[in-house]
Amino acid sequence: MKFMGYRRSNGTVGIRNHVIIIPSVVCANRVARGISQLVTGTTWIEHQHGCTQLGADAALTRRVLVAHGTHPNVCGVVIVGLGCETLRAQDMAAEIKETCPDKPVHLVIIQDEGGSVKAIAAGASAAQEIVGGASSMKRTQSDVAELILGTECGGSDACSGISANPALGVACDLLIDAGGSVILAETTELIGAEHLIAARAVSEQVTARCYDVIRRCEDSAKAMGVDMRGGQPTPGNIEGGLSSIEEKSLGCIYKAGTKPLQDVIDYAMPVTKKGLIWMDTPGQDIEQLTGMVAGGCHIIVFTTGRGTCCGSPIAPAIKVATNTEIFEKMKDNMDMNAGTIITGHESIREVGKRIFEEVVQVASGKLVKAESLGFNDFAIKRIGPSM
Amino acid sequence: MATKKAIVMEGNDNVATVVEPIEAPGEIVVEAAGDKIVVHITDNIPFGHKFAIRDIPEGSLILKYGEPIGLARIDIKAGEHVHVHNLESKRGRGDQ
Repeated sequence: MKFMGYRRSNGTVGIRNHVIIIPSVVCANRVARGISQLVTGTTWIEHQHGCTQLGADAALTRRVLVAHGTHPNVCGVVIVGLGCETLRAQDMAAEIKETCPDKPVHLVIIQDEGGSVKAIAAGASAAQEIVGGASSMKRTQSDVAELILGTECGGSDACSGISANPALGVACDLLIDAGGSVILAETTELIGAEHLIAARAVSEQVTARCYDVIRRCEDSAKAMGVDMRGGQPTPGNIEGGLSSIEEKSLGCIYKAGTKPLQDVIDYAMPVTKKGLIWMDTPGQDIEQLTGMVAGGCHIIVFTTGRGTCCGSPIAPAIKVATNTEIFEKMKDNMDMNAGTIITGHESIREVGKRIFEEVVQVASGKLVKAESLGFNDFAIKRIGPSM
Repeated sequence: MATKKAIVMEGNDNVATVVEPIEAPGEIVVEAAGDKIVVHITDNIPFGHKFAIRDIPEGSLILKYGEPIGLARIDIKAGEHVHVHNLESKRGRGDQ
């Protein structure tokens, strides 16, 4: 099956053609936003990190930021640094340029420019030129086998495991059969169901990884010395009928369809294999979204029962409502309704096919509601303290 | 599924999930493993919440999707609301 994408010179394909403004450090957020506000056709991110970080924690933040520059959905980058931070903007710009030699990458250092106003001006001038080049690029025919789909559920309720997640599972199976890759994530929301996914692992090594990441996740919850309930599942999940993390996870796991589990990878690591991949992310929606996109996912299908609006700055998130009430109530933010399964108007299989067809449409350029409303949510999982 | 008020996910489940709010007292017929079970509802069950389709003694597993979702904190009678007040999770218990 085909879609229309942007072919990059390194052979990858993108489904969007973003020009992104990336601050290397929290201190550069306002300037990054200012650049993007001046230049139509750009997007920007904000984050809380980039300085006084150590070791693996610093490396992880850097990897996520760089990956949002090298991502195939991104046509060009302006990187903004303050000038004194731990994660130096010039190093990240060089790394993006080395990975993608034909991608325009412009560097702005606020201290060198002489302050924020001049830095915004310099960045906007460069961004404008990049946007001009981006606007004349054309989509060409590509195969869905090249797509990496991220699955996510947020604001889950009891319908999630009955309607939207099983339907998403059907869509995932269809994409995997067509040669693509699918990411299952939010490790916390597999506690209680891990044996079901581990049973589908292609090797003993992958099986062992499944139980390792669950144990690590559950141990870190227990280390807080409290009952996890209330943090996970959340008060909204509980109001929606989910009584325990086990119940939530058993409903979440339907998202993954029925195909064998090829690998278990760490947060924000690149997805390199075809088929179903488990990425170890937290259950926090935005940290998960950011990690999957950093791993290369082009597009996300995001099921929700309580209703959520969020979106990645560079990858479209298709919102699928688990019930008709929330689809109607939050129509501005919902793309599809799986509540027809609850009312009996459609089967799980029919909605699953519809989701797959929508994925192809969105990959070819159709905007999702989170995009048209400008949601550019971004959050990086931290594994160490700021010093 | 169109006319069902409550769904039993797998045959060996001892709870059903309602797809419309249910007011007590009332009678609901659910299907489990091909059998029809008539359950007398004694609590109001909000949309998406669960009720027991069989008696669940204190300490027993509560099953949904054919898998444990927790333990009964107290004796639960068929028709009662099953949720955080009488279902104890066994995972992520840093308090135990």
